[in-house]
Amino acid sequence: MEHPVIQLQDVAFSFNGLSVLEDVNLEVEERDFVSVVGPNAGGKTTLLKLILGLLRPSRGNIRVFGMPPVKARPRIGYMAQHTSFDFLFPVNVLDVVLMGRLGHGAKWGFYNRRDRDAAVEALCRVEMEPLQSRPFSQLSGGQRQRVFLARALASEPDLLLLDEPTANVDAAIETELFEILNDLNRRMTIMVVTHDLGFVSAYVQTVVCVNRRLAVHPTSSITGEMIHELYGGNVQMVRHDHRCSKEGHVWRTS
Amino acid sequence: MADFLTDLQQYAFLQYAVITGILAAVPCGVIGTYVVTRRITYIAGAIAHSVLSGLGAARFCQVVCGWSWLHPLYGAVAASLVSALIIGLVSLYARQREDTVIGAVWAVGMAMGILFIFKTPGYNEDLMSYLFGNILMVSSDELLLILGLGILVLGFSLLFYNKLLAICFDEEFARIRGVRVDLFYILLLCLTALTVVLLVTVVGIVMVIALLTLPVAVATHFSKRLWVTMVISAALTTLFTISGLALSYGPDLPAGATTIVLAGGVYLVVAGVDACRVRRTG
Repeated sequence: MEHPVIQLQDVAFSFNGLSVLEDVNLEVEERDFVSVVGPNAGGKTTLLKLILGLLRPSRGNIRVFGMPPVKARPRIGYMAQHTSFDFLFPVNVLDVVLMGRLGHGAKWGFYNRRDRDAAVEALCRVEMEPLQSRPFSQLSGGQRQRVFLARALASEPDLLLLDEPTANVDAAIETELFEILNDLNRRMTIMVVTHDLGFVSAYVQTVVCVNRRLAVHPTSSITGEMIHELYGGNVQMVRHDHRCSKEGHVWRTS
Repeated sequence: MADFLTDLQQYAFLQYAVITGILAAVPCGVIGTYVVTRRITYIAGAIAHSVLSGLGAARFCQVVCGWSWLHPLYGAVAASLVSALIIGLVSLYARQREDTVIGAVWAVGMAMGILFIFKTPGYNEDLMSYLFGNILMVSSDELLLILGLGILVLGFSLLFYNKLLAICFDEEFARIRGVRVDLFYILLLCLTALTVVLLVTVVGIVMVIALLTLPVAVATHFSKRLWVTMVISAALTTLFTISGLALSYGPDLPAGATTIVLAGGVYLVVAGVDACRVRRTG
């Protein structure tokens, strides 16, 4: 049987004794387009970091492509929320994208032809190939986001994880970025953390609501009331059903 | 200046000094670039100052225990590596405030050095000269050690260029791409430690961080890629070291201090010109 791309079973995570995530169960199938939404500090980034193996769950089991997260990393492309980099750092666009090739080729020495080709191809995909020699510090915010997306794509991943890729860019760039993601979705599974629920759902197939606990919705069933409940208060969230079938999820009446 | 050139052809000590300058400058430019971009200048400063403990301990063992083979520079290599490991491991695993550890290694290393020198019988003024550099006193044995360290540092930093670049730019991403970030961070600190030992002979313990950072600061004004920065920094460091030596020779000034003032002056001019240009273009 084919493994689900992402599988979390009864996962909990706490930091310094504070519970960040509880009772998390999630299965993401191949070529799904998942949007993770929820209030700030609700645990969205933590969820991504657990899937990447950057954090270890305090309880439960996580499998990515049927493997422990750290082993699955070569198949995962990742774009962080705010990559904290030095604006004076002397690198050009291609240098940044090539970092996505680490762990693919030789253990030491320089990047080879194959790495360069993959990096340039990733740049073409985000339409940044003409700027490959441009110093990274001279790019606009939107261009930088595209370069980071290209860096995530350079490893030729089967799963793409993006943490608020549109947090610092305007609506036009956000639209472009999601057009690119929609195109990529034909070949890879995508999970994107976003703060804007209404807009994203145009391309998204599944919405995962995270606020300490987690609930899954197919996009067709998202209603204004659900958004209100999600952001309205923590107490409401506890009522969510955590195991969810493809058809949607059952609302308990208490 | 003319004296310098005529004497250079005549005296071995001056030739050794020039070769030392070049051999130290090239790894300095390369490692300095990593140090500046990874922002670990003060770690390099702490390692440099702690080197005095190694110099002192080695001399103590030479005189008191009769280990004549133990050249003070061997002690310096050992002390610099121990300091790099302490700072690296503590900041990675012990959850201490990193700057506190840096300050502690910095001062305690010096204090231990002073104690060793104080308790070593005989005349040890030459050790104190390591504080401010002694490029004119480099012997042929030391030159070999400097050459070996230089090759080691350059070899490692070029071999792992891609990984070190990724770690300096974005550590979290490098970790996800399977780079053993902690290991390479420790490696970078050890390479920095060895470079610091090279520079101690040129400009002395107190001024190491200036030579490690100022040429890179100048180079970044002209370069937009890491390896270009390294090449320019290495060239500038060589230029500063040799010019410092040549300028100080006639008027009998300390070579190390002259080198640093020269580097500082060039940095100020470049930064000043750049600031004016930015202002004019808005």
